[in-house]
Amino acid sequence: MQDLSGAFAEAFRLLLDLDADLMEIVGLSLRVSLTAVVAAALIALPLGAALAVTRFPGRGAVLVTLNALMGLPPVVVGLVVYLALSRAGPLGPLGLLYTPEAMILAQMLLVIPIVAAVTRQTVEDLRAEYDEQLRVFGVGPMGMVATLLWEGRFSLLTALLAGFGRAVAEVGAVIIVGGNINHVTRVMTTAIALETSKGNLALALGLGIILLLIAVAVNAAVMTVRRTPRHAVLA
Amino acid sequence: MPFSPDIPPMTARTEHRGEVLPLVARALGLWRDGRTLLDNVDLRVEVGPLTVIMGPNGAGKSLLLRLLAGLIAPDAGSVTWAGRAPDRVRIKRLGFVFQAPVLLRRSVADNLRYALRAAGIPKAEWHERTASALAEVGLDRLADAPARVLSGGEQQKLALARALAPGPEVLLMDEPTANLDPTATAAIEDRVGRARDAGTTIVFVTHDLGQAKRLAGRVVFLHRGRVTEDAPAARFFDAPASEPAAAFIEGRLLP
Repeated sequence: MQDLSGAFAEAFRLLLDLDADLMEIVGLSLRVSLTAVVAAALIALPLGAALAVTRFPGRGAVLVTLNALMGLPPVVVGLVVYLALSRAGPLGPLGLLYTPEAMILAQMLLVIPIVAAVTRQTVEDLRAEYDEQLRVFGVGPMGMVATLLWEGRFSLLTALLAGFGRAVAEVGAVIIVGGNINHVTRVMTTAIALETSKGNLALALGLGIILLLIAVAVNAAVMTVRRTPRHAVLA
Repeated sequence: MPFSPDIPPMTARTEHRGEVLPLVARALGLWRDGRTLLDNVDLRVEVGPLTVIMGPNGAGKSLLLRLLAGLIAPDAGSVTWAGRAPDRVRIKRLGFVFQAPVLLRRSVADNLRYALRAAGIPKAEWHERTASALAEVGLDRLADAPARVLSGGEQQKLALARALAPGPEVLLMDEPTANLDPTATAAIEDRVGRARDAGTTIVFVTHDLGQAKRLAGRVVFLHRGRVTEDAPAARFFDAPASEPAAAFIEGRLLP
């Protein structure tokens, strides 16, 4: 246990010193995952809202697929993105493999189903409540979608935070498409995997602690959004 | 409809022609699951007295109001606003207050501003209209409160203020006080009365006899999806011509 307590001590020293390598890794993690969530939101919010207000043949199958994709294994997404970005793949000429952009793309694909599915459910529920009132206001389809998205903002924010939690914590996709290259594509989860296998427990533990703190912060943010009395009545 | 043969020719009779009024229902029929909900309903609403649509539960009052507002399409017959089918542009000239107020998850004032913007009211008028609309129902001090923390009565007052703020040509109300206590009911009726006196044409659905007597200039009695009587209020309450209406007024159970 000597090793372990020594590792903990070293981990806290790295954290308190704001070790440069550590901070670089944390910074890249946050940049990749936040960008992925924002990009996913730009696609998933309109997509989910459109699914909520339209009826077409095969819609049920689309919804089942969308809900199933929420549990998409990150390594599968990583593999698919890898194939697409590899030299022989359709997006090969972009030269994105083993870049942060490739990791953003992969995490975006992981987050889209979560946000789209929650958006679809939220907007559909709100529509049942607001449809007649908004039609009496003379609001058209696009205006109705915009209104319902705003009315569902607290649920949607929760979905975005959940999506961020999934993105920042996953290792399978980013390690395949990013390659865990030092100073280029090394993020918290891939670094933990590497450092642990190398026996460098201090850095791995330090990163693990930060990852846990981020998870706690995200969950606290979700709770605040949902539980604050003022928001509770608005939601 | 490519053309409307139903538009009456110009007559000597002076008639207000707005964008919604006259609001005319012709031979409306509505069926669901083999049940007849509305049967051959004719109704004409013009500028004039407050029309109360009265009848027991399940008579089809709320459905009729939704058909008049163009929210539901009839299975038979037609609804026309000023001679043409309802549309999304002219619906902005129509106000609707539902039995359960549907408020946006925003502040009281933002609920009003949303309605004003939707109705195409110039932004320069929003402040003035919001302030006066809230003052009219005594909610001015709650302008910044989240709408959904208001009490039931306050919520319905807000819904009414919001429906009136753009200055609608016609206001349709679907049992707006059914869930409210007498004080809130009185406040709603008071505001409705002032809107009527100011020239807003109002169609008010209720099954409350006392309320109908207080508000109605004209009563349309609906029973089992049919209009059994359409008369000036005084005559309707003194000498109802149809048996279902007479029974309802006397408090007897309807067949």
